[in-house]
Amino acid sequence: MTLDVLLFASYADALGARSVRVVVADDARVADVVRAVRALAPEAALPERPLVAVNHRYAKGDQLVQGTDEVALIPPVAGG
Amino acid sequence: MRTAIVSAPIDVAALTAEVAAPANGAVSLFVGTVRDVNDGRAVTGIEYSAYSAMAERELDEIAREAGARYGTTHVVVEHRTGYVALGAASVAIAVAHAHRGPAMDATRWIIEQIKERVPIWKMEHYVDGAREWVGQQS
Repeated sequence: MTLDVLLFASYADALGARSVRVVVADDARVADVVRAVRALAPEAALPERPLVAVNHRYAKGDQLVQGTDEVALIPPVAGG
Repeated sequence: MRTAIVSAPIDVAALTAEVAAPANGAVSLFVGTVRDVNDGRAVTGIEYSAYSAMAERELDEIAREAGARYGTTHVVVEHRTGYVALGAASVAIAVAHAHRGPAMDATRWIIEQIKERVPIWKMEHYVDGAREWVGQQS
């Protein structure tokens, strides 16, 4: 399946885009999506296990992802 | 109970008025403001950005949890996006309660939760013209 993964703040700067398109297996999990994004830009030095949100909720690496999900990589937050 | 990610200046007086009610003996207000120095560098302002849909959901959840935890529904939180100049409010939290203890504890709890889990980022602008993301290696 094809997924558009949202990027923010330093991650968007590192990849030069607010979202990137990746192709992953239909039974892909969050960790597989992260691997696919990192493979797009090995020089961008994204962390191995960034925070990930699926449909606006933090998700663990083993959570299954569906093609209709909104997936986002979340840099370390700094609100306040 | 109301929470919002806002792009215009926060009116803190309006927030305190919003939570006021006759049964409340206390209104606790926390206002986070932009400081002039961070890690020894002179700051002119901070550009806040957010994953708005998720940030709004997280803020709402935090306010609900605070309400349940401290026993009040009189909770209002606003967090800025966009450029916030020195001294201006980046976040404001107003909690009203029958008693001061829970009102003050709730505001403290809410700001700590915001810092821990709401997807908001800041880019500091420095006097020398440089800009940097805060707390991120990139």
